[in-house]
Amino acid sequence: MIEFMTGNFVPMMFTGLLFFLLLGFPVAFSLAATGLFFGFIGMELNLFPSNLFQALPLRVIGIMQNDTLLAIPFFTLMGIILERSRMAEDLLSTVAQVFGPVRGGLAVAVVLVGALLAATTGVVAAAVISMGLISLPIMLRYGYNRTIATGTITASGTLAQALPPSLVLIVLADQLGRSVGDMYAGAMLPGFLLVGLYLVFIAAVAVIMPKWVPALPAEARIYNEPTGASGHRSLLLLLLVCGGVAYGWSTVHERIMNPLLGREIPAGGDEVFILSATIASLLALSLALVNKVLRLGLVSRLAEQVTFVLIPPLVLIFLVLGTIFLGIATPTEGGAMGALGALIMALARRRLGFDLLKQALENTTKLSIFVLFILIGSTVFSFTFNAADGHIWVEHLFAKLPGGQIGFLVFVNLLVFVLGMFIDFFEIAFIIIPLLAPVADKMGIDLIWFGIIIAMNLQTSFLTPPFGFALFYLRSVAARSDYTDLITKARIKAVTTAEIYKGSIAFIVLQLIMVGVIVANPTLVMGHLDKAVVIDDATVRGLLNDASSPDSYGDPDAAAEEGSADADPAEGADVDGMPKPDEPSGEADDALKALKDAVKQ
Amino acid sequence: MPLLLRFSKTIDAISELMGKLAMWMILAATLISAGNAIIRKVFGTSSNAWLEIQWYLFAAVFMLGGGFAFLRNAHVRIDFLSSRFSPRTRNWIDVGGILVFLLPLCYLMTTLGWPMLDNAFRSGEMSSNSGGLIRWPVYGLIPLGFLLLALQGLSELIKRFAFLSGQGPDVLNVHGPSDEEMLAEELLREAEAEALAAAASNKKAN
Repeated sequence: MIEFMTGNFVPMMFTGLLFFLLLGFPVAFSLAATGLFFGFIGMELNLFPSNLFQALPLRVIGIMQNDTLLAIPFFTLMGIILERSRMAEDLLSTVAQVFGPVRGGLAVAVVLVGALLAATTGVVAAAVISMGLISLPIMLRYGYNRTIATGTITASGTLAQALPPSLVLIVLADQLGRSVGDMYAGAMLPGFLLVGLYLVFIAAVAVIMPKWVPALPAEARIYNEPTGASGHRSLLLLLLVCGGVAYGWSTVHERIMNPLLGREIPAGGDEVFILSATIASLLALSLALVNKVLRLGLVSRLAEQVTFVLIPPLVLIFLVLGTIFLGIATPTEGGAMGALGALIMALARRRLGFDLLKQALENTTKLSIFVLFILIGSTVFSFTFNAADGHIWVEHLFAKLPGGQIGFLVFVNLLVFVLGMFIDFFEIAFIIIPLLAPVADKMGIDLIWFGIIIAMNLQTSFLTPPFGFALFYLRSVAARSDYTDLITKARIKAVTTAEIYKGSIAFIVLQLIMVGVIVANPTLVMGHLDKAVVIDDATVRGLLNDASSPDSYGDPDAAAEEGSADADPAEGADVDGMPKPDEPSGEADDALKALKDAVKQ
Repeated sequence: MPLLLRFSKTIDAISELMGKLAMWMILAATLISAGNAIIRKVFGTSSNAWLEIQWYLFAAVFMLGGGFAFLRNAHVRIDFLSSRFSPRTRNWIDVGGILVFLLPLCYLMTTLGWPMLDNAFRSGEMSSNSGGLIRWPVYGLIPLGFLLLALQGLSELIKRFAFLSGQGPDVLNVHGPSDEEMLAEELLREAEAEALAAAASNKKAN
């Protein structure tokens, strides 16, 4: 009996964990209890020294000192405040006016606003609820296919998971031991591609099944000019002017910014992009303001309205992502500035009462506490797990998988996809990822790439039954009984739960396609990170060559090169001109590692 | 039982207070963190004390708030199986969980954390960063936080027993509207109010 237990300690720990978790007691405490329970069994079996848990308080202090995790309450607070300041509502109604007159335009507006909300609030619930409340009734009024309408809304809402500044990326960066800034930079291109994929899908529907996505009729356009023109031409002109200026800036960006920041190396692509966009939007704002104040009538009402509603989110995106990419603020401080910006914005729009502030703070507090407690619980668990050499056991398990890197990634994605149906991403990030990350690292998989793949995949967990939260959120705001539309006076049928579920299927497929694309093309993630981890040109060239032919990716040379490119993240951070938020926690980790080793002996 | 329930009410009040405190500490941490970034960029100086106070505050939020989150049942549970259990079974699971999982954890953390606090307090240990803060308050958060969590555990235990003996409500089954649903309702109300206002002004204009 004792021999059996000693021999199968790790599998028994897993079984125990599964059983304790399924009981339905809070995850944080079940995790910790599994760690303690098996720790004491191990002590009885003389597997572990009797002072196994001695260093536990030190680990908790390590969690306290972790600057990255401090970003969790900041971004949550920002999201909740924004959802209350009703930025989403203004955005939706205006962007719908811009794209509404073409087939599929309303769906396009939902996707674009979803992406904008994702880049500002980062909260799935907020995006889905706002869009479900505002866009769904309009789409149903003008005869949209219900599956397309609901699917577009739920899927666009989940973009908040994959686009920076999402909480998932923060938590994953922490668990993978990479910097949040790199994680954000790596997520940009895949995120944009996913948005593009949604748009292509809608365009395809508009071509193949025009009846499913009708255009807004003329009487539904509200920003017409006195002359009856729609004002689109003026908007296009404004866009062209601003686009031209943005392009102009992007060509001189380095020459202007590098002396200002006192920096020698070339600027990152995301930095140039964000700065150019900021300058273009400031220009648009000043043009629209001048036009309004002087009543010049040069800019149409539509163009003016678009400019005014787009400014708040763009300013926030700059406050958060711009300052992070420019290296002005750490991701944590970026989050705090975003939260402060959201507070000021809500105050300015008179949406922020004392009650609302209290409510937002209370929700933020509850979320932060439960997330951090899961982390404490998983720390206790991993204490025993590592003492029992569980990580080696997991490694051996994966060594038997065929297919090298790709085989491993396919398996991990299937695992995360299935688990995502039942548990949410905090549990996956804190329980599963620490088990998989060392294996991935050993196989030569770049952990940023790995993290982005997981983040993309985790989006599906919001859309897959039985626990797709985005589906629940839309259900809670979609009409449960037939109603008469206020404008057309037509009877509109209730939205059924089955329609909402069916709507998500096409988009789950799109998301999985995107996961596949990233697995096959690591350059999508690492392409612009290479600048950050430049060691020498040859390495990078080798990396790029290997990356462009995924078949050869598994060969040991490529893996070794990649390993060397990653060898010194601190150096990479220096070159990048990025702040080094991870440095203190890195030191703490090292100290903890040393302690852990000491305990093991 | 009435005496125990009164004890439970007192603890709940303490946890509630800690929750309120945590809320405002989050706001303070947000403002301080944003302020640090702005001051560093604008005036080119930064203070380690202000940088450290950020994480002191957040550490206090989650360590002291553990009991508060338990009171509000905000610690996530994986409930796709347990939601099919009977209310009595669910309460019994909580009884077992508190006695076997939670209280030993709190005991261990409190007893392991105490010597560290004691040590740091006596030696007056300071942060290794120049101008940093004194360390014992954060060390103290561990025993204090887990003590508060254990107390809340006792309070919840009393409430579970009260339900199981038919003397109290089922705290686990207060499935009121979720935060999201409440938000949706509120937004819907506001939208309706605005639509009415718009309709009224339209009529006037006509």
